[in-house]
Amino acid sequence: MRAVLAPEALEAIVEVLRRRDWRVVAPTVRDKAIVYDEIASAAELPIGWKDVQAPGSYRLERRDDEARFGYAVGPQSWKRELLAPSARLLQIERANESFEVVKNAAETKRTAFFGVRPCEVAAIKIQDRVLIGGSYTDEDYLERRTNSFVIAVNCGEPAANCFCASMGTGPKAEDGYDLVLTEILDGSHRFLVEAGTDEGAELLAELPQQPAEKADTTAAEKVTDAARKRMGITLDRSDVHDLLLANLEHERYDDVAKRCLACTNCTLACPTCFCTAIDDANSLSGEGNDRVRKWDSCFTLQYSEMHGGGTRRETKSRYRQWLIHKLSTWHDQFDTLGCVGCGRCITWCPVGIDIREEVAAIRATQEAKS
Amino acid sequence: MAQTLTETAGSLEAMTPVPYAVTATRQDTYDTWTLELEPVNGAPIVPGPGQFNMLYAFGVGEVPISNAGNFETDERLVHTIRAVGAVTKALCAAEVGTVIGVRGPFGNTWPIEDAKGKDVVIVAGGIGLPPLRPAIYHVLKNRKDYGRFVLLYGARTPSDMVFLDEVKSWQSNYDVDLDLIVDAGDTDWKGKVGLVTKLIPPANFDADVAKGFIVGPEIMMKFVAQELMNRDLPAESIYVSMERTMRCGVGLCGHCQVGPTLICRDGAVYTWAEVEKLLAVKEL
Amino acid sequence: MKTLDAVIAESPVFAGLTQEQLEFIAGCAQNVHFDEGQQIAKRGDPADVFYLLRMGEVALDIDVPNKKPVRVDTVEPGQVLGWAWLIPPYQWNYDVTATELVRAVSFDGACIREKCASDNELGYALLTRFSQVIVGRLQATRLRLLDIYGTDSH
Repeated sequence: MRAVLAPEALEAIVEVLRRRDWRVVAPTVRDKAIVYDEIASAAELPIGWKDVQAPGSYRLERRDDEARFGYAVGPQSWKRELLAPSARLLQIERANESFEVVKNAAETKRTAFFGVRPCEVAAIKIQDRVLIGGSYTDEDYLERRTNSFVIAVNCGEPAANCFCASMGTGPKAEDGYDLVLTEILDGSHRFLVEAGTDEGAELLAELPQQPAEKADTTAAEKVTDAARKRMGITLDRSDVHDLLLANLEHERYDDVAKRCLACTNCTLACPTCFCTAIDDANSLSGEGNDRVRKWDSCFTLQYSEMHGGGTRRETKSRYRQWLIHKLSTWHDQFDTLGCVGCGRCITWCPVGIDIREEVAAIRATQEAKS
Repeated sequence: MAQTLTETAGSLEAMTPVPYAVTATRQDTYDTWTLELEPVNGAPIVPGPGQFNMLYAFGVGEVPISNAGNFETDERLVHTIRAVGAVTKALCAAEVGTVIGVRGPFGNTWPIEDAKGKDVVIVAGGIGLPPLRPAIYHVLKNRKDYGRFVLLYGARTPSDMVFLDEVKSWQSNYDVDLDLIVDAGDTDWKGKVGLVTKLIPPANFDADVAKGFIVGPEIMMKFVAQELMNRDLPAESIYVSMERTMRCGVGLCGHCQVGPTLICRDGAVYTWAEVEKLLAVKEL
Repeated sequence: MKTLDAVIAESPVFAGLTQEQLEFIAGCAQNVHFDEGQQIAKRGDPADVFYLLRMGEVALDIDVPNKKPVRVDTVEPGQVLGWAWLIPPYQWNYDVTATELVRAVSFDGACIREKCASDNELGYALLTRFSQVIVGRLQATRLRLLDIYGTDSH
């Protein structure tokens, strides 16, 4: 099912969903960045804004059009909606000489993610695999995921740090959405919309629309083709699994360790990073504690800490852990790559470490050897 | 949402500590205690040899501890704990009647079925003996199903050895080649002194038909595995129990990964062939 | 029971020596035994002898003031006891005690040492072999410095 929407029809999407009492979370401008937050109107979309990204750099600039999705990706990802930054799993209360446990099953409202980039759709699929695809299911995530409704928006504006084309996750979403839009800005501003699920089709049926002509689909293809071409291939993933495992003690890790601050920004900004700490937070009265699941990062010493010390004491070991996990061992663990090429780790690294450059540096010596 | 999700075990249930009452405590060494546990309500869990539980001290926190029970004859949970951190200190301070939380069992087991008809060589270092105790009792109980049974136990000093009387009773009651060694002893110590690897060259087993189980600190397991390989025991026949930080126990939190593997999900028992290269990389 | 010659020839520490060298060494050897608890050597004594253990264990102890002596090593059957006869100042470094009935071959170290001084080939051969014994003990001692049992929490 396919149709064309006028820009004004986006308001209808928000209206229809809010009438159903769903939350609508979408990109919006706040604090000089495009963030994801609940919106009440399509007017809150980042109309006429673009993001200019470089390693360690992000700023918003005005566009010379009224594009609704004329940017690449912001600092946040949908991870914060699905894998909550902090979630109370249990309350453990003292009871007589024993204790009682209250399980906190998440209760979430149906939520539409409006404006999910193809790389982010891919990231959600990866987290599905990790958190609800194994022998144990994270119920908090499952609840939020089951209540999610994905409106993807294909990408026409990749930033300088984007490399989804290299990772095979974009700039066009192939599946994993309920609805997908492509914003066309070739003189007549319009959106090609396609339904990916029955529920998506139901929503589409409620929207004011025009039939999609051949010219519209061709124009939409052009948008993502141009984006793909602009990005090019900047990370060769064909043999990266074996490349990194064969070079675990590569001197490049010493080099990157001189730059890396182990600040954890990359892991927090990453849409696939799933590591969490399970902390017991005790009440002051000593009568109970909350068991809380929080985002954690492999860049901290505490992450690998056991009595007698941490496994990864040096920054280079922590960077290596992160890099090989993303591009190599994630595959062994979950049968998928852990990187979608969104570029957030590059943009939001305070010193601009670029995952693509680090892999290329390792590859360069490998090629020199062979 | 767009894709079908498979129904599997829920993490919330697995993350919920179940109240168990301490029914007996014993101080094994100056810093190590053994707790026996029975559920406050209902039937106890029955772990396999090599599996671990997450033990929760109320208001303090949770740690992974191997099962040390003799599950051949006794359903009580047994955990031997060394007081090294806040949680383990709280657990070791538990008295009879104290209620602690248990969740598990998690992880895989020693390949005791595969070892049937074969020689079994068990090498334990320090407090590495308790995680092997369920497997030892299995072999002793089913002694005729196994070939030669070699049990080598090393510790820093004689006073660091746990269950020493019990270990000696195995020697007097069963057909087991027991050898003990310490880094340093005193003149009352009748066993050997030196590195634990010294016990391996003269040990009585046939490398062609033997399985080796090792538990101890990583460094000790490295030396022991190497010495077993010097006896021509293949790396595929040597099993070790790995240890890393654990938080969830069910493969979701990411902490226990070592390269391609998550210890709580894929281990903690691995063949030496699986982990030798990983452990050779510093801080992997 | 094996002959003395055979025991010596089969011992790894003498492996690869010429027939002539083996015969000389056998000429300096005799069977000995120690009862359980019997002292074999005392720290500081002249080291004019070394042993090849055939049966039973011996313990190496160091006396520590105001404490029980510390047992720092044991030597088991098949191993060589004593290298101090070859290295100046030719003194025993530990108190050596039989912890059970010990049967051993004892060698006249003083005699062999004298021969080594004039027969450099034999001297080199023995020094090489005893260096391996010493290095083995050194390695085992160094590895024990790691406190290899110290950090486990299973």
